[in-house]
Amino acid sequence: MPSPATPLQNDLTGEIAAQALWIRRRSFQMVYEAQQGHPGGDFSAADILATLYFGVMRYDAKKPRDPGRDRFVMSKGHCTGAFYAVLARAGYFPEADLSTYMEPLSKLNGHPNRNYLPGVETNTGPLGHGLPVATGIAIAGQLDKADFRTFVLTGDGELQEGSNWESALTAAHRKLENLTLIVDRNRLQQGARTEDTASLDPLDDKWRAFGWHVETVDGHDHAQLFDVLSASPKGRGKPLCVIANTFKGKGVSFMHDNVSWHHGVPSKEQYELAMQELV
Amino acid sequence: MSAAAPKKDGLYDCRDSFAATIEALAEADSRIVTVVSDSVGSSKLGGFRNKFPDRMVNVGIAEQTLVAVGAGLANGGKVPFVSAASCFITGRALEQVKADIAYSNVNVKLIGQSSGVAYGELGPTHHSIEDLAWLRLFNNLKLIVPADPWQTAEAIKAAAAYDGPVFVRVSRMAVPALERPEGAKFEIGVAETLLEGTDVTIIANGTMVHRAIAAARTLAAEGVSARVVNMATVNPLDEAVIAAAAETGAIVTVEEHSVRGGLGGAVAEVVISTNPVPMRILGFPGFVPTGSAEWLFDNFGLNEPGIADAVRQTIARKK
Repeated sequence: MPSPATPLQNDLTGEIAAQALWIRRRSFQMVYEAQQGHPGGDFSAADILATLYFGVMRYDAKKPRDPGRDRFVMSKGHCTGAFYAVLARAGYFPEADLSTYMEPLSKLNGHPNRNYLPGVETNTGPLGHGLPVATGIAIAGQLDKADFRTFVLTGDGELQEGSNWESALTAAHRKLENLTLIVDRNRLQQGARTEDTASLDPLDDKWRAFGWHVETVDGHDHAQLFDVLSASPKGRGKPLCVIANTFKGKGVSFMHDNVSWHHGVPSKEQYELAMQELV
Repeated sequence: MSAAAPKKDGLYDCRDSFAATIEALAEADSRIVTVVSDSVGSSKLGGFRNKFPDRMVNVGIAEQTLVAVGAGLANGGKVPFVSAASCFITGRALEQVKADIAYSNVNVKLIGQSSGVAYGELGPTHHSIEDLAWLRLFNNLKLIVPADPWQTAEAIKAAAAYDGPVFVRVSRMAVPALERPEGAKFEIGVAETLLEGTDVTIIANGTMVHRAIAAARTLAAEGVSARVVNMATVNPLDEAVIAAAAETGAIVTVEEHSVRGGLGGAVAEVVISTNPVPMRILGFPGFVPTGSAEWLFDNFGLNEPGIADAVRQTIARKK
């Protein structure tokens, strides 16, 4: 559940850190048991997700379609390990359901489905879909002068999809200050480094040139994430892009910044070793 | 609300009915918004823009964002009518239609304008004779192909009233208002039988319906009793009407679409698995040469004599 509005900073970041650790451990267990998943991206996103759900966003998990809720769109829909873990932890569905990850007839598909799972706003999986949909949600809020915020998390390799840049134009044109994009900038896509595939740098300049306000943070630093994501957007007059510098596989030494863990799955030995480190 | 006035010679542009209906619906329901991709004029939405300037979202020439923004607006409680040329809103944004609209099962209305070969001379890039084949694969996406101004207005009203994803294929080709019995109603998934007949059934939709009726009248003069069904909803199909059509022993389908995977393909899927009878699918074979829409209809037999010929040949195959 969301934290109080004005918590002591240390208490809050301590809470977020504990949740992030839980997300890493639980998602890795899911991937190990299913022998499928995308653990490297789960780990690069874990701190961002924990900060959003346990520090920043306004929601009631028992009313997942409340019109006034803050929205979160998981554009990097392949990282369902971390996404499902945080949704369960936030109370959208029982934590026990996580044990069904990718089993036949499970609600926990490899990519999220809003018709099965409360807390999922739109079905993602193909890349470059989250930001355009989130732009539409933010426009609805703007038309109604509603005060909910819309957050969307993309991978960085995903920004090679042109659809993102279409909606980047639209969001800036409409001055969607209620829209926040977080880029999980782990610099690794499925097969190689982004800069060795189709370069994104200088990424901050690109978003600025498109008319966005840009902040760059350490995507594993909960205080930095909290500060930039919880700041009121009112009066900014621009959508916000937070470039969160992260590491794929963050938290486990042998997975750290290692492209083979994009969709690598652990052996029993690797699983036990990782769990010893994730404490 | 009624269909808009005829343009000339008693013929109508169904886009006028779309525009008049959406404006009237928007008066009554503040959730209704329109989403366009620099397609205000081609969608005939200038009047809507003047009446509801804040309720039109123009994303620019960006069809992926066009469709996705529709999904997002639905998430925010709006009832978006997303309108653009049918060739682009389907082909260019097909994955958004699949994932953001159909698979996500959201309350978005997609309006495919100037469908078929309406942009005749502009060529196959601007023809939309593949749209139904593509969209028919998304099982929960309702597909409606209205045949005239009244049915266009009714389809738009039905789409607004239905809570879920709908695609309405709107034509800019001049069509007459079809004669219907007093009190005729439109319902998604329910076909209408416009002419009764017992020797053969012509199943058509959109701009082909009035041509099918003309062919049936020609055939009647020869003593052939042809039933004419307007199957405006391609998904879900009115399978009872198709089963009844098979009882006449022969079926000819006619559509302003490719012969691959559209209305004819849909009807054939039902016929082949229930009561196989001789069938013929009339439409375009694929990419077509340069020519006006009317020239293309005539060249590919999508006219009264062409349909009548196909019917005669199909009846000849009856056992």
